[in-house]
Amino acid sequence: MRVRRLATWTALPLAVTLGLVACGSGGDGGSGESNPDAAVRIEIAEPQHLVPTNTNETSGSQVLAALFSPLVDYDEANKPYEVAAESVTSEDNRTWTVKLKDGYTFHNGEQVTADNYVDAWNYGAYAPNGQNSSYFFEKIAGYEDMQGENPKAETLTGLKKVDDLTFTVTLSQPYSEFKTMLGYTAFYPMPKAAFSAPGVLAEAYEQAPIGQGPFKMKGTWQHDAKVEVEKYDAFPGEKPKVAGVEFRIYQQPTAAYADVLSDNLDVIKTIPTENLSTAGTDLGDRFKQSPASSLQVLAFPTFQKEFSNPDVRKAISMAIDRDEITKSIFKDSQQPARSFVSPVVAGYRDNTIGEAGEFDPAKAKSLYRAAGGPARIELSYNGDGGHKDWIDATCNQLKANLGVDCVGTAEPKFADLLTKVKAKQPVGLFRMGWVMDYPSMENYLGPLYSSNGSSNYYGYDNPEFDKLLAEGASAANEDEAVRKYQAAEDVLAEDLPVIPLRYGQNNFGHSTRVTNVEMDLFDRVDLVEIEAVK
Amino acid sequence: MFRFILRRLLQMVLAFFGTTLIVYALMFAGQGDPIQALAGERPVTAAQRAYLTEKFHLDRTGVGGFFYRYFDYLRNLLQGDLGQSLTGRSIGDILAAAWPVTVKLALIAMAVTILFGVTAGVLAGIRRASIFDNSTLLLTLLVLGIPTIVLAPLAQYLLGVRWQLFPPTAGADPDLYALLLPGIVLGSLSLATALRLTRTSVAENLRADYVRTARSKGLVKRRIVSVHVLRNSLIPVVTFLGVELGNLMSGAIITEGVFNIPGVGFNLFRGIRTEDGPLVVGIVSVLVVVYLVSNLVVDVLYAVLDPRIRYE
Repeated sequence: MRVRRLATWTALPLAVTLGLVACGSGGDGGSGESNPDAAVRIEIAEPQHLVPTNTNETSGSQVLAALFSPLVDYDEANKPYEVAAESVTSEDNRTWTVKLKDGYTFHNGEQVTADNYVDAWNYGAYAPNGQNSSYFFEKIAGYEDMQGENPKAETLTGLKKVDDLTFTVTLSQPYSEFKTMLGYTAFYPMPKAAFSAPGVLAEAYEQAPIGQGPFKMKGTWQHDAKVEVEKYDAFPGEKPKVAGVEFRIYQQPTAAYADVLSDNLDVIKTIPTENLSTAGTDLGDRFKQSPASSLQVLAFPTFQKEFSNPDVRKAISMAIDRDEITKSIFKDSQQPARSFVSPVVAGYRDNTIGEAGEFDPAKAKSLYRAAGGPARIELSYNGDGGHKDWIDATCNQLKANLGVDCVGTAEPKFADLLTKVKAKQPVGLFRMGWVMDYPSMENYLGPLYSSNGSSNYYGYDNPEFDKLLAEGASAANEDEAVRKYQAAEDVLAEDLPVIPLRYGQNNFGHSTRVTNVEMDLFDRVDLVEIEAVK
Repeated sequence: MFRFILRRLLQMVLAFFGTTLIVYALMFAGQGDPIQALAGERPVTAAQRAYLTEKFHLDRTGVGGFFYRYFDYLRNLLQGDLGQSLTGRSIGDILAAAWPVTVKLALIAMAVTILFGVTAGVLAGIRRASIFDNSTLLLTLLVLGIPTIVLAPLAQYLLGVRWQLFPPTAGADPDLYALLLPGIVLGSLSLATALRLTRTSVAENLRADYVRTARSKGLVKRRIVSVHVLRNSLIPVVTFLGVELGNLMSGAIITEGVFNIPGVGFNLFRGIRTEDGPLVVGIVSVLVVVYLVSNLVVDVLYAVLDPRIRYE
């Protein structure tokens, strides 16, 4: 009897849900026309934060890109043009005047004024607020005084309001590409409503951020589930072609991929590696690729004696067949790299490392012998990022082409690898990846190779390189700056503190419900271009 | 009975503190650089590092630092505050959002196990060596042999993507139907074990003296099986199911990941991956309580099933 009662209890909801599903299917099939009333569904991971100055990962910045409109955006040639700003000008590259366009309002009705920018940037730069993107403000005068445990100042002396729609930014040193920086998430304004007291962010703000962009929040941030936004009608800029966006949160890209295949999700931003080989047949022309800003390299601890000779580094570079690895291991989902900056920035030149980028086993071997390279090479990587295959392939090539012994050593996480590298433990060569903060050559050079660079883990220190970089920053105009940066890159090509291996690509896909899906340089789906199909 | 439960409850308090101490110590010992782990491959600014270090007392290391942080954690825990994760979310909120969906999933898996596992087990036990018995034996062997990490994506691809019978993922606020496929996948492993267990137990009891007596008294077979044999055969099955319920409640890391269900296992996995010590310890502390309670319930159920068992 008990069994029978149980059976009825389960049979009942089963029957009901089966009925519901029967109602749900049908009504599909598109006519190909754009449907402005539909919302699209885009995959993201759970954002870490949704405050402009605290957001520095792609999921959070994808959501903020819907809610905010940047001061500048980037054109086809990756040069900045004004969006929310009327003009960004400077006479001496040190004092910059930002004029705002009239007519922008926050989603709560507040007018956007210069104060909103000044308040937001001050909040971001103040060290006790612990904002992830605070370093974006380090070039502005007064930043130093806001650091440490008990900072001397609470505001940047370099920020001055001129009138309601104008403010000036004074940098501590001239920087020719300041305008290029302004496209990043950290430079969005925040409304008065975001602050509960001057300089104190209201606790509820992050759960439903108020911006001045094309979309406004619909409800609050549903952690681990979704963030929904809808069109903001009073937005004065270019209007989006969909009624809203649901950013659906996934922990595993494979789950998102299954949803795109069955039209349960519209856009997957990164197709998981294990599905790349079948994505072409699964999705047809809905499988897309576009250039991304990331650069993968193998880095040398140049402070170690066995790697201190540039010829050793060059020989190792020449012994690696980049084209073969990108083809057979990455199935062309990445592109071979032979320069230190990515093709997505202005000033990029192909093949700047010259001979070191040519695959020439015989020459590599003789050069390696002559320079006295070590008989055993270790390649360290983080085991959680799917790097084993290409590291092993690289090792095999080094073994075969240089006649050395080579082992790949996995550290559990990138953090563990960095801990060892920072402590200068002998890890051998180690893998590094770089994703730009803003499209400028300087962003690929300064943080990574200048003697005081924040991510210079290789102990590279070349005064000539530092000098060229400083000259580039203070150059009269952007073209002049690019020339100096290119000269700096040539210095790197001689020294090879790292060997460039691959440029990243966005490998994304979409459902049959949407068209015009494009990704920008920051791994974000372009929300103004995307259209839903009727 | 009352004294037994009271004694068990007191033991539970001890067990709870013991396990949280061990888990906290393990997380503490295994922790590399949680701030960098949180940032992934991006550089961490000095300001951010200083902020998180102070907030979570990460500069307190060594044995003294361990006890300082552990007692700090316990003090907050006793006030009902599970603390904050490294990304600044309240762990209490995270758990409150994660539990309902995990409980739903666990109940579905449990229902599948009981409905199919126990029923088929009884049938196989009665008709020992029949075609039904042999085929279920083979089938369970197959299911037990396939790990969830294969079974879950396979079921998702075939039933969700290929034939579109079920939604391929469930999401955060799923209806019962969306949870059915992950529930079946999750339940299939315990189903196989429950089936085997029930079969053996029923087959053994059918040959017991009391069954022969009942039969010679002229009782109908249905009554013998449903009242006498089933009740006696269920004791090992209930033990297994009780432990299994605890397992299911702790969240199925793989199943929840594959079907994108943001439950307990999903959060536990994220916590471990990002070295989020407070999150992991918070979830595990609650899980310990779930295990202890479900074990207690199983023990009490014994007495209901078998009147010979008495608790003092």
